[in-house]
Amino acid sequence: MTGFGSVPDRLARNTYALDDGQSHIEVHQEVARATGTGKLLVRICPAHVYTEEADGTITAAYAACLECGTCLAVAAPGSLMWHYPRGGFGVAYREG
Amino acid sequence: MPPGLALGRHRVVGGAARDGRVEMSQEVDFDVIVVGGGVAGAVCAYRLAEAGHEVVLIERGAEPGSKNLSGGVFYCRVMEQVFPGFVDEAPVERRVTRNVLSFLNASSHVNIDYWDARLAEPVNAVTVLRARLDAWLASRCEAAGVMVMPGVRVDELIVEGEQCVGVRAGDDELRAHVVVEADGVNSFLAQNAGIRAKEPPKHLAVGVKSVIGLPRTVIEDRFHVIGSDGVAYAFVGDCTQAVAGGGFLYTNLESVSVGVVLRLDDLATKGLTASDVHDHFLAHPAVAPLIDGGELLEYGCHLTIEDGPTMVAHDLTRPGLVLIGDAAGFTLNTGLTIRGMDLAAGSAIAAADAIGAALAAGDYSQQAMDAYPAALAATFVGADMKTYARAPAFLEVPRMYRDYGLLLADVFHGIYDLDLTPRRHLLGTATRAFKGSGLKLRHVVRDGWAAVRAL
Ligand SMILES: Cc1cc2nc3c(=O)[nH]c(=O)nc-3n(C[C@H](O)[C@H](O)[C@H](O)COP(=O)(O)OP(=O)(O)OC[C@H]3O[C@@H](n4cnc5c(N)ncnc54)[C@H](O)[C@@H]3O)c2cc1C
Ligand code: SF4
Repeated sequence: MTGFGSVPDRLARNTYALDDGQSHIEVHQEVARATGTGKLLVRICPAHVYTEEADGTITAAYAACLECGTCLAVAAPGSLMWHYPRGGFGVAYREG
Repeated sequence: MPPGLALGRHRVVGGAARDGRVEMSQEVDFDVIVVGGGVAGAVCAYRLAEAGHEVVLIERGAEPGSKNLSGGVFYCRVMEQVFPGFVDEAPVERRVTRNVLSFLNASSHVNIDYWDARLAEPVNAVTVLRARLDAWLASRCEAAGVMVMPGVRVDELIVEGEQCVGVRAGDDELRAHVVVEADGVNSFLAQNAGIRAKEPPKHLAVGVKSVIGLPRTVIEDRFHVIGSDGVAYAFVGDCTQAVAGGGFLYTNLESVSVGVVLRLDDLATKGLTASDVHDHFLAHPAVAPLIDGGELLEYGCHLTIEDGPTMVAHDLTRPGLVLIGDAAGFTLNTGLTIRGMDLAAGSAIAAADAIGAALAAGDYSQQAMDAYPAALAATFVGADMKTYARAPAFLEVPRMYRDYGLLLADVFHGIYDLDLTPRRHLLGTATRAFKGSGLKLRHVVRDGWAAVRAL
């Protein structure tokens, strides 16, 4: 933790054009669990998009996604569906 | 339908095949479609439009630059070839005249601090913020006659037989003689078309970055810079908690860009949380005072390339298709510098010139496209990709991320810590520090030799 707030606090300062109701992320729970990808996603995503729920399922808060592609790059085959949001939607960096 | 796409309809009749081949009888919407409005795409589109060709630049972000993030040191001499006066006209932040290489340990650091007035005459490197730079590049494209189409995500390449003939976005199709893929490090279009395989995590790294606002006067005082001069720090060692990678801190006009770059395979196996490594770095006693009192303006992340030389060895062309910039693998990470933007521009220039020749000849065959990699080999891009081919392997040495920083600090500790024990000559101090470090002489010799050959 730095003096700059929690990750959600920091993301709240970013600009997003939210694509309501159209998630660009889908976790395939059985594969994610069997391969350990689920837990990996939770820690490797810099935006804390993934959360492990009490029952072990992995949820994805797609609205926070910074669209780096890290999750897809490390996910075991078949554990994750991830693509860029529709054109014009998602994060909009003002600095970069 | 994506918003901008319908505007794109202005059919120009396709290049008639000179030697009786009929493959190009299809009408085209543009001479060239460039996918991706980053440095690579914008430079390529601009150069082709300047040469009189009909070009569309398609960008998925609502504004060009809104999806892009780099550390921010642009070795910008190459831009003068395309935009004379670039440093004065483009929205650049500071001119880098001071470079600091910092070996970071948990409670010590050793810096090599290099300032040189020659770095500003002519300007060699500037800091940039991509949301601003890329928007400017797109506006220059527009002024040169490029149809800039933001807010449109290209979903796939249209390939007929072996020939790439256009792109599909939603239900819409656009056709051109040549498609330029400048869609960045993830390069999904090439992957989905089977042109490239998914990159192994070892070839990639995630950059996690904060832009911290500070008043201009504070930046000048804190970093000993005046006017538009700036500093670039590269950190190795404890900045990444022993994950292969490094840290950076670059001064902008009224902010600093600060963050870490973490190799994906190592981050995955070390069991650390990406944001924690970033936070650890910003809280480090060597870094925290540099950003103290600042205001977080933006927190972001982006993938970058660790092993560019291996990636660019894959195909760069298909009939009617060229890959440039990060999509092709043109990034060099030497541990001391990350260079991607200058190589993006360099590859874009070579591609634009080859495409210009192809359009003049009406020949979009594999052979015609291969003029691009051939030309590239003769430029600084091709030369540097070769020169630094060994850098990725060198950076795999784990001693880089811990032992050498500690050894250096121990040597200096031996010099400056006058604890009333009898002094030794420097050689003795160094030998003692070395013996205490647990490093093996043969490793140091091997690593030193590898370093001078790789970097
Ligand atoms: C943390 C970090 C630090 C770095 N530091 C430096 C540095 O200090 N100096 C340096 O020179 N380089 C640095 N780099 C590398 C540099 O950022 C890249 O090499 C450079 O941005 C590549 O430019 P590009 O135009 O090829 O790709 P990008 O800049 O990634 O542009 C690709 C564009 O394509 C668009 N796009 C992607 N897919 C589609 C699609 N399907 N449809 C439409 N549009 C699409 C994207 O939105 C984007 O605008 C760094 C990278 C990172 C991540
Ligand atoms: S793309 Fe990046 S920010 Fe988005 S969910 Fe994956 S890891 Fe997180």
